[in-house]
Amino acid sequence: MFLKLTRHMFSSSWLAILFAVLAFSLPLATDQSWWLQSIWLIGPCLIMISCILNLRIPRQQVFWTTGLLIIVLVLLWLALTMVHDVHIATHAAAGFWCFVIALGLSLWHCMARLSAISTISPLANRMLCLLIPALFGIWLISLWELVVIGFGVPHVLLPAPSIIGEAFSSSMPTLAADFRQTFIKAVIPGFILGNSVGFLVALLADRVPFLRRGLLPVGNLVSAIPIVGIAPIMVMWFGFDWQSKAAVVVIMTFFPMLVNAITGLGQSDKTELDLMRSYGASYWQAFCKLRLPYALPFIFNALKINSTLALIGAIVAEFFGTPIVGMGFRISTEVGRMNIEMVWASIAVAALSGSIFYGLLALLERWVTFWHASFRQ
Amino acid sequence: MALNQVIATMISLIKSHLLKTDALPVMTVILAVLAIWYLGAVHLNSPQLQDRYKKQGIEWRYSQLVYDSWNMKRAVLPSPHQVAMELKKTIIDQNITSKRSLVYHTGVTLSSTFLGFILGTALGIALAVGIVYVTTLDRSLMPWVIASQTIPILAIAPMIIVVLGAIGITGLIPKSLISMYLCFFPVTVGVVKGLRSPQPMLLDLMQTYNASKLQVFWCLRLPVAVPYLFASLKVAMALSLVGAIVAELPAGAQAGLGSRLLSGSYYGQTNLIWAALICAALASALLVYLVGFCQRQVCRRLAGGQEVI
Amino acid sequence: MSSDSVLSSVAVETNQLSLQFQTNDGPVVALDNINLTIEQGEFISLIGPSGCGKTTLVRVLADLEKPTSGQISVNGISPEQARLDQSYGYVFQAPALLPWRTVKDNVVLPLEIMGYSKSRQRDLAAEYLNLVNLQGFESKYPWQLSGGMQQRVSIARALSVEPQLLFMDEPFGALDEITRDHLNEQLLQLWGKTRKTVVFVTHSIPEAVFLSSRIVVMSPRPGRIIDIIDCNLPPDRSIDIRESPQFLEISHRVRDGLKSGHSYDD
Repeated sequence: MFLKLTRHMFSSSWLAILFAVLAFSLPLATDQSWWLQSIWLIGPCLIMISCILNLRIPRQQVFWTTGLLIIVLVLLWLALTMVHDVHIATHAAAGFWCFVIALGLSLWHCMARLSAISTISPLANRMLCLLIPALFGIWLISLWELVVIGFGVPHVLLPAPSIIGEAFSSSMPTLAADFRQTFIKAVIPGFILGNSVGFLVALLADRVPFLRRGLLPVGNLVSAIPIVGIAPIMVMWFGFDWQSKAAVVVIMTFFPMLVNAITGLGQSDKTELDLMRSYGASYWQAFCKLRLPYALPFIFNALKINSTLALIGAIVAEFFGTPIVGMGFRISTEVGRMNIEMVWASIAVAALSGSIFYGLLALLERWVTFWHASFRQ
Repeated sequence: MALNQVIATMISLIKSHLLKTDALPVMTVILAVLAIWYLGAVHLNSPQLQDRYKKQGIEWRYSQLVYDSWNMKRAVLPSPHQVAMELKKTIIDQNITSKRSLVYHTGVTLSSTFLGFILGTALGIALAVGIVYVTTLDRSLMPWVIASQTIPILAIAPMIIVVLGAIGITGLIPKSLISMYLCFFPVTVGVVKGLRSPQPMLLDLMQTYNASKLQVFWCLRLPVAVPYLFASLKVAMALSLVGAIVAELPAGAQAGLGSRLLSGSYYGQTNLIWAALICAALASALLVYLVGFCQRQVCRRLAGGQEVI
Repeated sequence: MSSDSVLSSVAVETNQLSLQFQTNDGPVVALDNINLTIEQGEFISLIGPSGCGKTTLVRVLADLEKPTSGQISVNGISPEQARLDQSYGYVFQAPALLPWRTVKDNVVLPLEIMGYSKSRQRDLAAEYLNLVNLQGFESKYPWQLSGGMQQRVSIARALSVEPQLLFMDEPFGALDEITRDHLNEQLLQLWGKTRKTVVFVTHSIPEAVFLSSRIVVMSPRPGRIIDIIDCNLPPDRSIDIRESPQFLEISHRVRDGLKSGHSYDD
């Protein structure tokens, strides 16, 4: 009974209402100008509260959820504008933070309502699958901005997203050159070569069981080893330019592909192998029609792991010596000059290219292995 | 005669044992790697040597070239026995507390590895429980957990160390934060999968007992998730070590395997780099083996528990 | 060559066939001195408890397993040659359909391996999917079908190479009884239409009696034939025949055979 009551009181909706009320009763900043009175927040906060209260009635859920979502996003934009005002930046007071918390809880409430929606339409479902994480992402970045500006966190420690954005747009040519050097010249050739060699060796191991029994344990052991450590050696062997980075990428991507491809090629079950045998199929016929398709989920697993590893390998290798271009070079030199915005802009490029690379592989996987249990509809 | 028979049986025993396990193929692969290593040492070191011979006007023969390339100082690729000597010098011949001892440096790296591993595992399990029990978290957070790993955190680790150092946070904490970031992902993914793996029939059974969510968690979901947890912990442990080593790369770090790698690369002491790498590999293999050992112990106890029920 | 195979009415013949497996606990005799002659157009059921070697026998006939000793001829040639010629069809216990291929593409799989032309592949697939009443499901994926339908696809696949001989290894073992009865009736009709030689492995007495023209009763440890029972029920029988006295009598004989072969001392 008591448990039920407390759970009820602390549910996100009631807390959101509580903090919204606190927001317009407490001061927004330590020294207030006439237009920064918390009293102005009464209107929007009341609309928000009424949306939340209406959501408690089972009728017209979609309407009120959409309404709440829109008002929360508008208020979030308002908060982001307010925080840059000289009176609030670094001087934000209890009222402002209550406002931010109320917004966060309302947004959470929205996401909870959206997650609870069950539609039959696959299109709507896919939209929801994009919308909910997108809202979460928007909230994370906004919160980062609000906290960094509101508390006046020093730039060196963590620059606000808006400042990183400025650095990003003002140094596009440099970032593009870095991207070319690291991603196009080192990551992609290294990724392709490392995966191909890994796959070919797995193929060889598949034909020679003795080799497979030897390579699999060694491969598993090597995948636990910090291979990035060979970066300085590769730089010593292949020089400062992209070749040494590509070499690191080749070695880093080789083993995951080897181990996964060997495992994958062993996935077809006995009945299906017998079936192929009963047709008198040759090794390559059985390989192409049966064993390769079964190995594909494992191969894609390796490709996805390798997409991140490749980027890491190339960037880390650049710490050990580069020409004066490249993401790793940019990160290490700008850190030295305490030009942290630029570092974060480089990180954003790396994160973005890494995510897109991974996303493309995931899409390709979904397309090629549509039949796999994890993708069936 | 009897001795001969004993030897014969022993050989046949060893043979059958070796053929049954993977020891023979693995040894073959390792021997092949060593052979390639020696050949590679000749290939990579000989240009420098030939230059030197020419400058000093020495008549050289291939046997001498091979011998010299395997025993060269500051070789491009030191030969395995040189690395072994370096390992002996830095592990056995040095006092453990000395700054020249690899044991000391490995210890420094391992301490942040462990802290990061524990923090990462805790975070990973907490996130997984949240994701399994709160639908909103599942739908909003899970995509970001996956996206978080496409950020090459390892590549920006040195920066994080420098930045945290600038505001006075140095030593163990920043390094283990990197390890933690790398660790939590496999743990989250594995535990989410594990907590969701009980058969629907068993969940229905718990419902017929009117078990609370907490009871279902302790009696059903958690035990079922244990194998998944350990599989992830092995990956996490290896990643944690990688994280700790890379976090030691910035010039500021005084100790640790990463700083050894860096100083080896600065001063062209390839022996040092290879010794540090092999040390890291051994440490990693040992750590993963340790997790596997714990796994066997826990699973044995869990199996015993099942008999009690 | 062709006149030979027309003249000989024998589809499968084994002579003193034996097979030993080496296991960790020593050798196991899976098949012991099997002598069996199967005529063209017969429906033979192999029945016996698990471990009696009935599946092993079919696997040996299909050259999925090599015998330790003895002679076999399948359609007058060696099993290996028969396999390479694809002169038999094999239906496994599991449907073994490839999940990335549609129903039609699964049926044409053996035809692709034999290098048939595309149009011939299409025609044969359509014909045999029709025969198992699966027209209209060509572009579905296996995982979108029920277990019974999947097994029908795998029968169509085995028939698509138009073999004279069909090996079926407990094809309906994993299905529920209602589906199983239904498929039994369909299989009987199919056999009536095509008059192929069928070697059918089962452990269900009613299934064996209902389908077969002859029943081979086997017993385990070592795997051997202990009885061969003729059962010529009327060709246009339906599933209701199971209540007829004739049916019950044959069932009795099969059961007695199984009992006598069972060693109770272990």
